Amino acid sequence: MSRLTDANVVIAKEIIARYPRAKSALIPLLHLSQEQNGYITREAMVQLGELVGVTSAEVYGTATFYEMFRFEPVGKYLINMCGTMSCALMGAGELMHHAEHKLGVKAGGTTDDGMFTLAHAECQAACTEAPTLQVNYRYRFRVTPADFDSLIDDLRAGKLADEIPQHGVLAKVRQRIPADKGVGAVAPEDVTEGPAWLDGKPAL
Amino acid sequence: MSSYPHAPGFVAGDRPKVVTSRFEYTDSFTIDRYLATDGYTAIRKALSKPAAEVHDEVKGATVLGRGGAGFPAGTKWGLTPQNVWPRYLVVNGDESEPGTYKDRLLMERDPHQLIEGCLIACYAAGLSQCFLYIRGEMALAQERVATALNEAYAAGYVGKNVLGSKFSVDIVLHWGAGAYVVGEETALIESLEGNRGMPRLKPPFFPAANGLYGQPTIVNNVETLANLPWLINNGVEAYTAIGTKTSPGTRMVAVSGHVKRPGVYEIINGITTFRDLLYGEEFCGGIRNGNSLKAFVPGGGSAPWFTPDQLDLPFEASQVGPAGSMLGSGAIMVMDETTDIPAAALTLTHFYAHESCGKCTPCREGGTWLERILTRVVNGTGTDADLQQLIEVGTSICPGDFPHASNEALGLAAVPFPYKMTTICFVGPSAYAPIHSALTLFRSEFEARVTKRITIPVTAVGVAQ
Repeated sequence: MSRLTDANVVIAKEIIARYPRAKSALIPLLHLSQEQNGYITREAMVQLGELVGVTSAEVYGTATFYEMFRFEPVGKYLINMCGTMSCALMGAGELMHHAEHKLGVKAGGTTDDGMFTLAHAECQAACTEAPTLQVNYRYRFRVTPADFDSLIDDLRAGKLADEIPQHGVLAKVRQRIPADKGVGAVAPEDVTEGPAWLDGKPAL
Repeated sequence: MSSYPHAPGFVAGDRPKVVTSRFEYTDSFTIDRYLATDGYTAIRKALSKPAAEVHDEVKGATVLGRGGAGFPAGTKWGLTPQNVWPRYLVVNGDESEPGTYKDRLLMERDPHQLIEGCLIACYAAGLSQCFLYIRGEMALAQERVATALNEAYAAGYVGKNVLGSKFSVDIVLHWGAGAYVVGEETALIESLEGNRGMPRLKPPFFPAANGLYGQPTIVNNVETLANLPWLINNGVEAYTAIGTKTSPGTRMVAVSGHVKRPGVYEIINGITTFRDLLYGEEFCGGIRNGNSLKAFVPGGGSAPWFTPDQLDLPFEASQVGPAGSMLGSGAIMVMDETTDIPAAALTLTHFYAHESCGKCTPCREGGTWLERILTRVVNGTGTDADLQQLIEVGTSICPGDFPHASNEALGLAAVPFPYKMTTICFVGPSAYAPIHSALTLFRSEFEARVTKRITIPVTAVGVAQ
């Protein structure tokens, strides 16, 4: 179950083929795995290692460096509360306090019903709209405690299911390079000369 | 509360718009809108000239890098060694400097402009493949850029024989997974190779000579590349007519914190001053509730702080540097009179301590020390010795004089930016920058915490632990 499905293996191979070195695809593939399972499992790391030709220890080494990868299940909705300077200046501390109270868990915890994981986050690049939060990496701006409450109620009632997918899903659109239009990966060992358009004349 | 898609504080006006010209349209991210507003005309124009000529135009316009260091893009492209192939383009869209969010908007609201900028760069500098690295947390930006790339491939603007020419290049969308340090160019390359995102030592790993897969690699910021279509369409003269000789063009600046209208504004480089931006009616309109300004961070969380004394400085690196700070990534965080300064500094120190990759000891250990010591000072359980300890730990990360602005009241003469450092990249010194600024400018607030044991009630600022 936690290995990639056949359909996802096809996508994984498509992604790997875009890079001159297969290992470059590792982070996108870890995302793919997290999208499928909600978190990264041991079996998944073994399989990804096989796909890109490195040991599972190397996969683990890369995966654990990055904050977005989770190694145990999280709630259906991961709520990341920004607490860096601009948000802090605009009341992020109080909002976090309120959120902990509302959900009945401390930051880092998951509610008993498995719906919400509350987490601290660092700057989310929305500083003028402070305080901000992200639910499964979808933004909410200028959040007041009352806004937070209605957000939780809406999520519980399933009203935002169209906008906010399950944890692990990032972009809902994938890049697809059509076979007849793509150049393909340009590997160092395959190229000895400068590109064709650099001959001193216009390309058109 | 508002959800995405969301229009930030853009103010209409007759100011020149180089990169935000399409932001007023609700469908600014679609290929139809892009084509209807001069989209993909610049690449056609570029392809009708020899690549060297296009390179010269970018060089002649002195397009300064908008990521933080401010190095001119055209010059950077010229640093690649002759006759070493292939060369790569890596687009740095891993924007995560506290206070900054121009690149996210450019990717979400005008992805085709970025794609066209990438094409121009690849054509001019002879780059064979482009990797567009977007920060992991930016799901919408990834979605918009993926859609735009799919449209551009289908229409023949990207891929094999662009517009029927000899120019062929793939643009590969890549996305990160949450690590601030990956915004550093060598760490970005490590991450793109599938490794832990730790910076490489320079030398020997200058990306222009020895970058991705050991090949010459150009790493450019999203905003830098987004400037190129306008530049090629309108010419060097029109570009350099905006701004000053040393800082031509415009730049996007995010102003956040205690101002009336926080927002991202496209301002004129070298001319607009901090006062224009913070108090001007067409920009932020002053400090909230008519309060007075206490201090501001002029260039992202890593920059030493300024006080009202420096408000009249323009957005010009050659003036802001000698005045003791940097323009960095174009992010201003404003603190009004109600701000609890030690607590505000702690939010930034916490950030950098948290984001240390762990490669260099002074940053890995020092950052955590700074955070712990400052935490107890803020909590009112620190001692006098703690303030000295903060400086000692900070000095072990950045030996020598730390840059700061001149301040007559405190008898300080400016020490120019940048600082010396004992780490490979700027994350370590950045943990100390807010502490140094806050301690230098507002020492009495720290002393009140440690000697008189006054716990100042935290109102607006609190660090969540």
